[in-house]
Amino acid sequence: MSDSSAADILNKIKPLMHKRVGPYNSWNPVSRTQIWQWCSAMGDHNPLYLDDQYRAEHSEFAADKAVAPPAMMQMWSMRDVNGHDGPGSTTDNLFEILDALEQEGYAGIMAVSYDQTFHRYLEEGDRAHHYSTIINVSDLKTTGIGKGFFVTQLAEFMDQNDELFAEARITYFKYQVPKKPAGASKPSAPGKINRIHPVENHDHAHFWQGLRDGKLLIQKCDDCGELRHPPQPMCEHCQSLRWSTIESKGKGTVYTYTVMHYPEIPPFDYPNAIVLVDLEEGVRIVSQLIGTKPDDIKVGMSVEMKLTEVQEDMTLPLFHAADPSTTEKP
Amino acid sequence: MSHTLSRKAAIVGIGATEFSKDSGRSEMQLACEAVKAALDDAGLNGSAIDGMASFSMDNNWENEILRQVGGKALKFFSRTEFGGGAACGPFVHAATAIASGLCETVVIYRALNERSGLRFGSGQMMNNSPLDPNIINFSHYFPYGFMTPAAWIAFSARRYMHEYGATSEDFGRVAVAMRDFAATNPNAFFYERPITLEEHQASRMIADPLRLYDCCQESDGAVAFVVTSMERAKDLANTPAVIASARQSIVKESRMMTPFYGETLSGIPEFDACAGEVYAMAGLSPNDINVACLYDHFSPWVLPQLEAFGFCDRGEAKDFVKDGHINRGGKLPVNPHGGQLGEAYIHGMNGIAEAVRQIRGTSVNQVENVDHVLITAGAGVPTGAAILERG
Ligand SMILES: [Zn+2]
Repeated sequence: MSDSSAADILNKIKPLMHKRVGPYNSWNPVSRTQIWQWCSAMGDHNPLYLDDQYRAEHSEFAADKAVAPPAMMQMWSMRDVNGHDGPGSTTDNLFEILDALEQEGYAGIMAVSYDQTFHRYLEEGDRAHHYSTIINVSDLKTTGIGKGFFVTQLAEFMDQNDELFAEARITYFKYQVPKKPAGASKPSAPGKINRIHPVENHDHAHFWQGLRDGKLLIQKCDDCGELRHPPQPMCEHCQSLRWSTIESKGKGTVYTYTVMHYPEIPPFDYPNAIVLVDLEEGVRIVSQLIGTKPDDIKVGMSVEMKLTEVQEDMTLPLFHAADPSTTEKP
Repeated sequence: MSHTLSRKAAIVGIGATEFSKDSGRSEMQLACEAVKAALDDAGLNGSAIDGMASFSMDNNWENEILRQVGGKALKFFSRTEFGGGAACGPFVHAATAIASGLCETVVIYRALNERSGLRFGSGQMMNNSPLDPNIINFSHYFPYGFMTPAAWIAFSARRYMHEYGATSEDFGRVAVAMRDFAATNPNAFFYERPITLEEHQASRMIADPLRLYDCCQESDGAVAFVVTSMERAKDLANTPAVIASARQSIVKESRMMTPFYGETLSGIPEFDACAGEVYAMAGLSPNDINVACLYDHFSPWVLPQLEAFGFCDRGEAKDFVKDGHINRGGKLPVNPHGGQLGEAYIHGMNGIAEAVRQIRGTSVNQVENVDHVLITAGAGVPTGAAILERG
């Protein structure tokens, strides 16, 4: 691992910023078949996309052209399954900065946010391409997972007239992996949409670290013994700043719930059942309920936690019905 | 406790842009247009302004607006946090500043390209600063995909159903009433587009139990107000909408959109905490209220507001709504402009503009003999409420 100072590293990579790399061209024009495949896979039945009669009567779009869902924005100019970009695409390395940081010992990568703005719908026959620019590299930051740099990439999605139809700002945290725990996994691929990572600041880091260590931790006041969740630095009962944690057994009952259907936010599966659980220990926690049919979810049902590695860098306390008869058979 | 802000200031000007899904111009331009329209409505020049108040979430700075609308100098400016929960705070601040003699004429504004710009409902509303209190709060929800306002409110709606036996149809009746008012309001998104309860029940599920028609439309637009002293209001042409009472409200259970850890989720503790004082400050009771402009970003939360403000008992709002009391011609018409469900979602400010029109007698859906209108700011966040009175 190199021991260059943060300033040296920044001096080295700053000149690589603001270089607009592209175009990344599409293999095919926007097509009805691809829209249909996506909509049917995602369960998105918005009639605007594929119902010609609906479009004619309720929209300003052409009746005979399927409309692409906004969430498909980056698919049109995506590389193919063999990793090849569309014909005429640039061969420049978009990830020059990430590679340079890697060489400096910042090998970990985590997508921390994905903000997209959508300017217009694409219709059947439109042709997309995109450009990418690294628009920001932060100073060296220390977070719960280690020291590193936040790198923000702007992707500009253009149509055949070079007009912007969508843009996305993707921020990665490129960090020094502190120590490799056994079985630690590879860093996630850039560009893949991950779950948004929580803030692991001074008040909250213990909770997320606990999950990675295989424990659901509840904060406990060292002076009056009250439990609390979500974490906060001061006990609201006795104003003590002294606290420790207890490990929850992860058993409880559903206080309330919702089943999310729309919008479908990647990378989640829909419908997405979310529960507010009264844990036996006496605090409430929000999580997902896995494996129960939406119609079988009830206020008051007993649930149990299962710590689950949902992606390479994230372990979450997901809940399942305690009574297996309500669990969906695969 | 005597309230020095009660009946010391009045809304004398209202202005707005059109409400749309794509304004085609900057939020700054929207703000300037609405403020200029409010000044024109009041019959005042920009040079009369000596105070401003807005939302923390508004992207337009006071100095920029002041300069463009012909203003000279401000002695007072303030912002209120918490999204739509900020809809009443600026009126509290303006009335307080005017009552204390700090300034005389305050412009209040809110301009947003919420539809064509950053959409709150998309689950992508946040920046990524680890210092942002929003991000810290939402960190315990976003990793599960629990990241839309509709889904957060669904937790409360489900709990309200569970505790009081309310159904999706009870929420639907609120939506139908709002769409009925909107259908005769040419400024509404849903002008001439009423819905039936059957259509509500057939609309697709967004976040169970919230259906599409339980959710407001994301909107572009701006609304502005001119608030001035009672002395100056007397010299102006419009019937003043006197601020009889106004209060902000945070309770210890308050969280930003996620108040999941208190005693109950079926009520709105911020409104329970402030309703009594909102009436007492004005010397009024629920019977004195002729119209209510309630924050209706999602239909289920209209019900506990009716309960908190004493129009019916706890758990009985579903019957109050079923009996048609909030409808056109009912004993407490709610949101005669069509609400945020029917007119537009301008963070509640379009509802306050309607309250002023009802006081003046100039609404397209005018209720007869309006002396007092109750207004509320956002539910599920730190918030506030006020009563306007015909001056
Ligand atoms: Zn304590």
